Parts: sequence; C-alpha cells; structure tokens
Amino acid sequence: MAGLHKSDVKNPVLNWIDTRLPLITMVQKEYGVFPTPRNFNYFWAFGALAMVQLMVMIATGIFLAMNYTPHVAMAFDSVERIMRDVNFGWLLRYAHSNGASMFFLIVYIHIFRGLYYGSYKAPRELLWILGVVIMLLMMATAFMGYVLPWGQMSYWGATVITNLFSAIPLVGSDIVTLLLGGFSVDNPTLNRFFSLHYLLPFVIIGVVFLHVVALHITGSNNPLGIDVKTPQDTLPFHPYYTVKDSVGICAFFVVYACFVFFAPDFFGNADNWIPANPLQTPAEIVPEWYLLPFYAILRAVPSKLGGVLMMFGAIAVLFVVPWLDTSPVRSAKFRPLYRWFFLLHIIACIVLGMVGAHKPEGIWVLLGRLGTAYYFLHFLVIMPLLGKLERPLPLPESISVPVIRRGGGPLPTGAAAKPMEKV
Amino acid sequence: MRAPKIAALLGVLVSLAVAAPAMAEQEPLAAQKWSFSGIFGTFDRASAQRGFLVYQNVCSNCHSLKQGYYRNLEGIGLTEEQIKGFAAQKSAATIGDDGQPATRPATPSDHFVSPFPNEKAARAGNNGALPPDLSVITKAREGGADYIFALMTGYADPPPDVKMGDGMNYNKAFLGHQIAMPRPLQDDGVDYTDGTKATTEQEARDVVTFLEYMSNPEMEQRKRTGVKVVLFLVLLTGVTYAVKRQVWSDVH
Repeated sequence: MAGLHKSDVKNPVLNWIDTRLPLITMVQKEYGVFPTPRNFNYFWAFGALAMVQLMVMIATGIFLAMNYTPHVAMAFDSVERIMRDVNFGWLLRYAHSNGASMFFLIVYIHIFRGLYYGSYKAPRELLWILGVVIMLLMMATAFMGYVLPWGQMSYWGATVITNLFSAIPLVGSDIVTLLLGGFSVDNPTLNRFFSLHYLLPFVIIGVVFLHVVALHITGSNNPLGIDVKTPQDTLPFHPYYTVKDSVGICAFFVVYACFVFFAPDFFGNADNWIPANPLQTPAEIVPEWYLLPFYAILRAVPSKLGGVLMMFGAIAVLFVVPWLDTSPVRSAKFRPLYRWFFLLHIIACIVLGMVGAHKPEGIWVLLGRLGTAYYFLHFLVIMPLLGKLERPLPLPESISVPVIRRGGGPLPTGAAAKPMEKV
Repeated sequence: MRAPKIAALLGVLVSLAVAAPAMAEQEPLAAQKWSFSGIFGTFDRASAQRGFLVYQNVCSNCHSLKQGYYRNLEGIGLTEEQIKGFAAQKSAATIGDDGQPATRPATPSDHFVSPFPNEKAARAGNNGALPPDLSVITKAREGGADYIFALMTGYADPPPDVKMGDGMNYNKAFLGHQIAMPRPLQDDGVDYTDGTKATTEQEARDVVTFLEYMSNPEMEQRKRTGVKVVLFLVLLTGVTYAVKRQVWSDVH
C-alpha cells in the first residue's frame, strides 16, 4: 500500500522522517511495545546474547582484518604482529578467537532450549529452519576462520575437512580441487577462505534478520509452550525484556572476559601455535570443540562416504525435527517421558564431543557408535513414536494464571476458574 | 526438575570416569609453581633476566626467537641503555650502500637475530634436525611451561633395553623419549651474577620464565586489565539485576 505513514512521533524532525520512512515506528512496534509472553526464564536471553555476540565478532573481526595478511608466507607472522605490535591487538585477537567459542556455546544452549520447550513446532517451523541455516553458516564461517592463523591445525584441519567432499562419487575430487583452488591446501585456499570468512558473517546477518522477522510474525514460544491467549499473558518487550536480557548479557560478559583475560588459550590447541608445515602431519588432527560431536559421528562409521553422509545427516535431520515430533504438546515440562529422552540426548551429545577429542581406539570407538546411534534414534524413532505413546500432563489454562499464582499476587477475577495440576 | 539434573551430572561424571584412563597414556607432567600463573601472576624479573642469560649463552646458539624484539627486554626489567648496548653487539642483515648484502649493528627495534640464515643451514648445523623457533614455544607445546621445564630437566641415561638412534639423546619428557637436541643445561653451565646457584633445575626454571615472557609479552597488562574489567562487569551485572527487580516488581 503506497502512501505516507501516519506517525505518532512528537519531535517534528523525527516525525518528518518517520512519516516517509517509518523506522522509528517499526522499532517501537517490534522492540518497544511488542507483546512478549510474561513467563520467560533466563534461557530466553540466549537469543539476544547470540545477536550481541555476532556484533562483537564482526566488530573485532573488522579490526583484525585491517592487520592480517592472507598469504601463506606471512599469515602466521602477521597474527603474531597483531598479538605483539598492534595496540590492544592481543585483546582483539583473543576476544575474537574466544568469542567464536562463546558464540557456539550461546547458540547451542539456544538450540537445546528450543528443543526442550518445543519452539520448533507449528507455527514456528520456518523460524526453526532458519535457525538451523544460521548454525550451518556459523560452522562454515568458524571453520574458515580457524584456517586463517595458518598454524599446523589450521592447515591440517582444512586438509581433512575439504577432503570430506572427495567422498562424493564421481565428482568428489573435482569439487575438492575447486574448493582448494589447487590440488592441496595452499595460498589460493587461504585467500578464498579469508574472503569467504569476511563475507559469510554478513550472510548470517541476513538470515538472522529473517529469523527475527519470522519470530515477530509467530510471536515467541514460552516455557509453558502454550499459546498467548489474552493481553494479560504478555508484557511489552521494553522495558521488561530489554532489562532482563541485559542482565543475561552482563553475566555472560563476565564469563567471556574471564576466558579472554585469564585463560585465552583455554579452547585453543597447542599445535596451532606451530606454523603450518605441509610436510609434517600433527599426531592428532582435532577440530575446535564445537565441531567435535560431528567429528565423532563422522568417524563412527567405518566408511568414508558413510561417515560423511552421517555427519551431514546429523545436521540435516534438524531441518525436519518439526515434522518428526508428533506430540501435540510443545513444552517438555508437560512430557514426563520425553524429558528423560531429552536428557539422554544431551548426554549423547556431550559424550560424542568427548569421543571427537580422542583417538578412535579402545572404548572411544564403542562410545562414538553408541552416541551416534542414540543421536539418530532420538530424532528418527523416539520423537515420532513418543508423541503418539506418551500421555502428557494437563496443560495450564493460560500463561498468566501460573505466573500470578507463583508470585502469590492477587488473582485477576475470572482468570483462575480451574485449579492447576502442574505449574 | 531435580531428578533430570542429578542424572545429567551423573552422566557427565560417568563419561569423565571412562575418559580418565585413556588420558593417562603419557607420563603426567609435574605441575610447577610459576610466578606468572594465576590471575594476579607476574613475571619474576630476576628469574626472567637469569633466563635471558641462559637463552643467550645456550639456546640462542641454535634456536631462533624471531617474533621477539630486543625492545621486549624492557618487560623483564632491562633498561633502555642495557638493551641498546646488547642489541648493538648483534649484527642484523641489511643491504649496503653498494647494493650488496651487508650487516649493521642491531637496534632495540630489531627482531632477535636468528642463529642460522635459513632452515637448510639450521638443519645442516644440527645433524639434520631443525631447532624450533622459540617465540611462542610455551604456547606451542601441550603442557606449556611445565612441559618445557620437564624437557629441560628430563635428560637421563637411556634404560638398557632402549636402543638409541644415531646422535639421539634420551629424555623422559619427550614423546618417544628420543630427542635430537643434546642436553642443553648443566649444573654451573651458566655464570649467574646475582649469587643464585646455577643448578640445572634453576636454569630450567629461569629460562622457562624468560620464554613464557617472550611467548606472552602482553600477559601482565592483560591480567591487570582483566581484573578491572571483570570487577566492573560484576558490578554492572549487579546493578542491572537490581534495575530488573525494580522494573519487574509490578509483575511478580
């Protein structure tokens, strides 16, 4: 619909702008008065946290790129120059490298929160799928970023991961050559990885924008998993959730700062402080911790193509989770059996992460296979079956009832017609 | 809610217990007490200066330290004049006025001059082995400072059942126990001027302190800043939480 926007903004200059480009109205609508379920717990802060961390990564990354040289003969030294000569370069670099770990930590918690409270179920399927796309893009970005310091693990990690594509029948090795820009990891690989590492975060911003738009169409899920029914169920986003998210962001920054300032190499690998050497393979090639579960799945199958398919399948299965889960109830709070399987799934993911960090021998082979089996069993068998077999607990009537109950405040008239069985 | 949490904890503990034996494959490193560990850690200047002497008299004959600058020595307490004087004894490569390769006295802004012009020369001078660059050595080895200390003090006579390779030396800390580097530190191998007894262990401790400094010259500034930043953030979290309680007081 064409035509000027009727703006409520008082300031005449801002009103003039808002009439023609209603950005102020939009922010007011989407982040000011936006009706948000009143019962969020702190797990809901991780979405805002992820957004903040994306900004931190881009800001530090831009300044790092100003001082970095993407050339095989100079990359390692240029990173050391950042650490030693650039003003606060060590802070930029450590904030960026630890920031990647923090970003994944946040996003993984965000994803598990969505899984637990059923945030992927109708009508939020597309919202969930966009989230999985963001995670995939993050993995690609992080992997290419890890190559840039051009240490031993950068080089050999790039070799291993790009060679995964050689498992594809017929065209595999041609694809690898295209990815590498040659027949082995070398300067063209470093150049294109640097270019893509700079590009992808902005693609992520685009998908995050769609993710947020989709969220604001469906509205947020909440810990009870029931729909918002009356205005009493919601609070305006500002100031209630701006301030609550701020608490989460501050607390998170305490943890982040502890790593950056006191243990900057905690997540790192000693081998990556050795300059890349194509003639010497490290004793063990391990990816960063956030990719370890997938690495474990890759190695759980004694077949290259099989392993690669399983690894990509582990992410692909996430795309169809909204249709694999047949339970009509969203929140696992009201699913007495599913909660236990969910817990088992978290344990499987942690075990897979540990398996990924160890050589595939002895007990680790078995654990890796058990973990992999459960990972897929959980999504492909348990989720569809349990939704049909399980008897969920009775759902509360509305969001506002249990919230007001718990707080001990007076009940609004007519809001508590039926007693609650489970809060 | 409680039962799943306890079960989660158990799950983690069980997996850790399973992990423990596999991690114990290699001989565990003895954890040393270092002046630079902990969030308030600083470099023991006297130890780092003695370590610099060890590096200078022993390590630098074969190992480069090419990321380091002579001016970095200010961080272990050397004066500008001392550094100038020390650097001037080294000759840095340059191009002479006649366009031919030449040398000039190094200055504090120069990188540490490497003992060999290139990798081939280094290998040729070391029985085919390449002495690694020491710029970030304490970060580039699993176990860090503790490992380097264990390596420096880990030389011993090989057990009778071990067949040593040609020109190799037995070292308890080294993976595979055969290392090309001959034992670098001996008792009284270095003349300490401050009265400290130059035992192998003392020399190792000092040189590790120096190398840890060269690996992380920013460490003291980093930790000092960190203490302030974390204190500020904790305070900010507290204030924000108080504001949150205030804002939410009409909801709960």
